[in-house]
Amino acid sequence: MTSRTEVSKSVLRRFGVAVLLGLALAAPAARGETSAPAAAKVSIDNFTFSPDRLTVAPGTTVTWTNADDIPHTVVATGKAFRSKALDTDDSFAFTFTTPGTFDYFCSLHPHMHATIVVEAGRS
Amino acid sequence: MTRHDRDTVTGDGQTRRKVLECMTWAGTGVLWTVSGGVPRALGLIDQAQAQTQSQTSGQDGLTFLQISDSHIGFDKAANPATSRTLEEAIGRVKALPAKPAFMIHTGDITHLSKAAEFDDADHIIGGARLDVHYVPGEHDVIDEEAKLYRERYGRGTKGAGWYSLDASGVHFIGLVNVVDLKSGGLGNLGPDQLAWLADDLAGRSAETPIVVFAHIPLWAVYPAWGWGTDDGGRALSLLARFGSVTVLNGHIHQVMQKVEGNVTFHTACSTAFPQPAPGAAPSPGPLKVADDKLRTKLGLSSVTFRRGEQRLAIIDQTLA
Repeated sequence: MTSRTEVSKSVLRRFGVAVLLGLALAAPAARGETSAPAAAKVSIDNFTFSPDRLTVAPGTTVTWTNADDIPHTVVATGKAFRSKALDTDDSFAFTFTTPGTFDYFCSLHPHMHATIVVEAGRS
Repeated sequence: MTRHDRDTVTGDGQTRRKVLECMTWAGTGVLWTVSGGVPRALGLIDQAQAQTQSQTSGQDGLTFLQISDSHIGFDKAANPATSRTLEEAIGRVKALPAKPAFMIHTGDITHLSKAAEFDDADHIIGGARLDVHYVPGEHDVIDEEAKLYRERYGRGTKGAGWYSLDASGVHFIGLVNVVDLKSGGLGNLGPDQLAWLADDLAGRSAETPIVVFAHIPLWAVYPAWGWGTDDGGRALSLLARFGSVTVLNGHIHQVMQKVEGNVTFHTACSTAFPQPAPGAAPSPGPLKVADDKLRTKLGLSSVTFRRGEQRLAIIDQTLA
């Protein structure tokens, strides 16, 4: 079961602490020690997804935030997820529960593409 | 006098200098004359000369305007007042002594495809009191199934909004290359539109002057920034038998021109904000220039076809 969430700027601010906490917990989760909710971030800047290849454990919520003055989208090539257009500072979050390789791109600027790898039991 | 025709832009230092030079020239307007398929920059002209040119040539031919990339709704540092600069551009149109036949808008009417943005753009552009033929930019089709664009501009069009029309013996073709884009790719026309184009051109005399307009350049301006159309070459091969083909695009927010055989490619300025020359910045994002330089980087184009001479003159005019 996967969930899909649009995160507004204000919501992000309000829960910024929670997101940071999630990031802190991501490390032990990646070592397979706990099952605490994990989080990771991808920035969109200068028409580039960064990092362009990110490996996470199942259950990780990845949040993309657009730092450009031009809107972008986050669209899975295999249709697993699709954001609305993200204006400057807008975010999109998706929780990856299934292991696999998820290629995605910006449907407005398709030369922008990157990959999320979901791997169980990473050590 | 420096020549402005050039081969594919490669992004090396030499070519970038030429492009920048072209933009500087555009600061006061450059008169282009296309003769025998080879365009020549006749030199700098001021606005008065440009107006005289369109006035005299409009009598036995066809003069139309191209406006592009108005990005209504954009309010960032590169231009917080895109409505105002569009109003200024329309002010230039209204001030022309000879009324153009119509206007084409090569897309990115709005910044985020919002209803209020389309409304504002319609209100301002409507002030020109000219027929306007639109094609969408990627910023106009980001709502669900491009509903708002199709409601406003899709009437009488095929597919995602392509169509053709005839005026004064010239055949105009509006193409859509901003929908159903593929990961890792560029602009896309798609097989349905190409089949329609082949059908639309079938049976037309090779003498018919053709003007094609679309948002993203149909030629490979700079693929690393997505400035090109994957299947643009297939459209051009369908046009190869015609003696006079002019391809007008927007998207890159700067004037650029190339000639290949009988085909002249030309991109127009934006009325909203400039973008960097290919490879001259880390990304193609909006270029912030000094406030007093902004209007030298924005503008519109006037295109004149003279019957019997088989040549089109393109005049780029800035808002400065």
